[in-house]
Amino acid sequence: MTSTESLIDRRQMAYIAAQASDARVNVELETEGMTLNIGPQHPATHGTLRIIARLDGEQVVWAEPSCGYMHRGYEKLTEVRTYPQVTALINRIDWLGSFANEVPFILAAEKLMGIEAPPRAQHIRTILFELSRIANVSLFLGDLGVQLGAITPVFMAFRDREYVLNLIEGATGGRFHPNFDRIGGLKDDLPAGFVDETRAVMKKLRNFCDEIENLLFGNEIFQSRTRGIGVIPKDVALQYGLSGANLRASGVDWDLRRDQSLPMAWNKADWKVWTHPDGDSFARCWVRLQEVRESTRIVDQLLESIPSGPIMAKVPRIIKVPEGEAWVSTENPLGEMGYYVVSKGDLGPFRTKIRSASFNNISIVPWVLKGVYVPDIITILASLYFILGDIDR
Amino acid sequence: MSSDAPVAEIPGDLLREGIIDRLRSHLGDALLDSLVKPGDDVWVRVRSDAWRETARVLRHEMGFDYFCFLSAIDWMPSPFGKGEDDPTEPAPERDDTIRQGYAGGDSRLQMLARVTSSAQHVGVNVKCDVADDAPVVESWIPVYAGANWHERETHEMFGIGFAGHPDLRNIYLPTEFEGHPLRKDYPLLARMVKPWPGIVDVEPLPGGDDEEGDAE
Amino acid sequence: MSVLLATDLPYWAQSLLRVLGGVVAVLLPAGTIVYVFLFKMMSFMQSRLGPMEAGPYGSLQLFAEVGKWLQKEDITPERADRFIFRIAPLVVLTSTFLLVAVVPFGPDAWFTNFEAGVFYMLAVSSVSVLGILIAGWASANKYSLLGGLRAAGQLIAYELPMVLAVVGVIIQAGTMNLQGIVLSQNTGEIFGWNGLGNPFVLTQFVGFIIFMIAVQAELTQTPFDMPIAESELVSGYMTEYSGFRFLTFFIAEFATAGVFSLIASVLFLGGWGIPFAWFGWETLDEVDNWMNVVGPLIMVTKMMLLSFIIMWVRFSYPRFREDQLQRFAWKVLVPVSLVNIMITAILKVAF
Repeated sequence: MTSTESLIDRRQMAYIAAQASDARVNVELETEGMTLNIGPQHPATHGTLRIIARLDGEQVVWAEPSCGYMHRGYEKLTEVRTYPQVTALINRIDWLGSFANEVPFILAAEKLMGIEAPPRAQHIRTILFELSRIANVSLFLGDLGVQLGAITPVFMAFRDREYVLNLIEGATGGRFHPNFDRIGGLKDDLPAGFVDETRAVMKKLRNFCDEIENLLFGNEIFQSRTRGIGVIPKDVALQYGLSGANLRASGVDWDLRRDQSLPMAWNKADWKVWTHPDGDSFARCWVRLQEVRESTRIVDQLLESIPSGPIMAKVPRIIKVPEGEAWVSTENPLGEMGYYVVSKGDLGPFRTKIRSASFNNISIVPWVLKGVYVPDIITILASLYFILGDIDR
Repeated sequence: MSSDAPVAEIPGDLLREGIIDRLRSHLGDALLDSLVKPGDDVWVRVRSDAWRETARVLRHEMGFDYFCFLSAIDWMPSPFGKGEDDPTEPAPERDDTIRQGYAGGDSRLQMLARVTSSAQHVGVNVKCDVADDAPVVESWIPVYAGANWHERETHEMFGIGFAGHPDLRNIYLPTEFEGHPLRKDYPLLARMVKPWPGIVDVEPLPGGDDEEGDAE
Repeated sequence: MSVLLATDLPYWAQSLLRVLGGVVAVLLPAGTIVYVFLFKMMSFMQSRLGPMEAGPYGSLQLFAEVGKWLQKEDITPERADRFIFRIAPLVVLTSTFLLVAVVPFGPDAWFTNFEAGVFYMLAVSSVSVLGILIAGWASANKYSLLGGLRAAGQLIAYELPMVLAVVGVIIQAGTMNLQGIVLSQNTGEIFGWNGLGNPFVLTQFVGFIIFMIAVQAELTQTPFDMPIAESELVSGYMTEYSGFRFLTFFIAEFATAGVFSLIASVLFLGGWGIPFAWFGWETLDEVDNWMNVVGPLIMVTKMMLLSFIIMWVRFSYPRFREDQLQRFAWKVLVPVSLVNIMITAILKVAF
């Protein structure tokens, strides 16, 4: 550069510098190393989850969820409650499929007491469990569209989910928080007409699954947004304790309904466990879709063969669970949910460790979000599927 | 030794006894105590300095690849009882002996972790004592990466340190939070702030409590 | 209209009429699209009813919405650049008004009649990109900045297929004057048969599809609504706007949809005309005066048809990711439109 050119350059630079110092806008233009806060109030996250992401342009360099906005201290609360009161409390951990939350706890308490619910109660427990799975996962299917920009499936999901919630309300009295399970059985018997109603609703749910498959899963944009995004290999998934559909989508043949011998009625129906080898977001979504269909088939089969008999075993009025420790976990809609109940022969548990599925599912987020684009954060979170109450307890 | 089909129930539970035997052969006398409930579950208690070694043996030698959870138990009975004390009356006498549960123990705080084998569909509950004066154990992160969040939660709730944890900070509670809520001597604040309303309203429970029912 | 009343009205009155006509031409499509498609059609497609309270079948919902937005508090973020923040919505709306100025509604019912109307239209439609960019920057908000940057990239990328798609139309019509394009469609013939005129939607169907896709992207509608990606950026560049300013953005979005539909119907569907062969007209001067009244109605009908398609696609598809969007524009749309131009040129010379 000659000296005149460099002089002009310097004058230009000085001018620009003077302008910039006058600028009242204080925003960093560099998008390198920009820290983006997603949440806690945000349309995408199912609740108050906050993700702190450090971006380089549109790519994530580092991401970390910050949970605890909804921490209610369940494990401390169970120490001052009696067993029936705890049942009312734990409904609210996974509030979309809430009957499923009570079941492992009740089974653990029954294991410690050495009693088993009568066959009719076991059967109906299983039916309600599967209904809560259908209610939970059908909302997932609708919500999946919204996260990706397709705003129509969510309305169909809510419409068809209403039928299932009406069924649960008819049987238990509560749409979202049934609080129906009791140590030794169930609170009440099924209402009249439940079996026929449920059969009709299961048909509707199967139609809904077909609709969603056509509308959303077959769409090329959906495929290109979810295939190959957020691949979680098998051994990483197992290390982090991912469970449920997330694990099955990584190719692990794992279903606690089939692999354990709990006093429930899953072995009375003929059903299939769905896995997918890919481990990407599409696999997780697809596995859940198939699971809903499979659940409707399980319910149909179980409805044929409800045994007659009492709905409640003979248990004392005031339940004191003998001393001991028990662990029961079940295949909840979100994954593996388990309760480790320590009892000292009291009216309530001494210590309950609540192992919730979403806590483990979301702990993999820092690992899986490295190097993805910002829109993919939403896709991956949507496919991992969590409920805040489940993460934060 | 891994098969993909679920293993049938073996009478006398050779499967779980076999787990304990193999563990003992790897750990030697670091395996302090164990309990098997046939057909149900298995508990082992290991020495505190063998905590990470146990994890390594379980994952790499014995095929327990699925990390279920990691937490702790505080065996001291709560000095506040159920938080139902009447504040106008003197505090009742309470039994404060520390009695540990399955597989024994010597300390007030005990670590509790569970790992499962995805191939054999069987899980192991692992416990270890945590010394009262220096509550620190080794971190499981080099073996199970998923232990990260669980250890953070146990740290903030019980005050147990984890040696080798890269980022031990609170996960649920704010950073400036003082105290360790899940310890029994940390009161349930809701019951401290306002006395339990049941003091005034409670009626005797119906039926009396010596009505034993048969199982079935 | 100026011919009808030219001898009676002074110039200022004509200009006033033109201005009023322009305002109506922008706001009427906006209102119609919002009510019919956004409120009602979207609701019916999602098996719900939509607004039903305000007026019979929710017909006054529009006024309720406008009233609601007007009475909201007008917030300007503290660190925002005040002047630019305030003019950004106006810039976007200005481009809509500039666009409608060149659309012919009838043989004499036009606001301006540029010789290079198409060129002007394509140039002016880029002004809205400026508005979006400065909205994103001036909001002093990282989400808005991300939205603005995404919008800039997307809108510039999709300008090119739009321009190239229109080139095929220009080759076939032989003129850049929009009135001339309408004429050539209504007086033209397809392979010697003039029963339908020569609507370019049939002979330029590839160009039509590319143009509609590019329009969908220019309007930042799903599947191209990364800049507003609701589930990630809340509202993208519009996040910090409230009250009347947000209403301006909202109106601008749907008004631009309406105006682009009007332009697409001029370019591809034959504009305000029905094939002249049905009436025996040969040139523009032979067209009867009643066409000046019926023409706008025909235009509105064609606009509704095209907006229906735009909105229908909007409700049905998920959204593209930014890089997939760019890849689609540069690697798919641009080559296809270039091939389209080549084939059009060859066929035009051959036939």
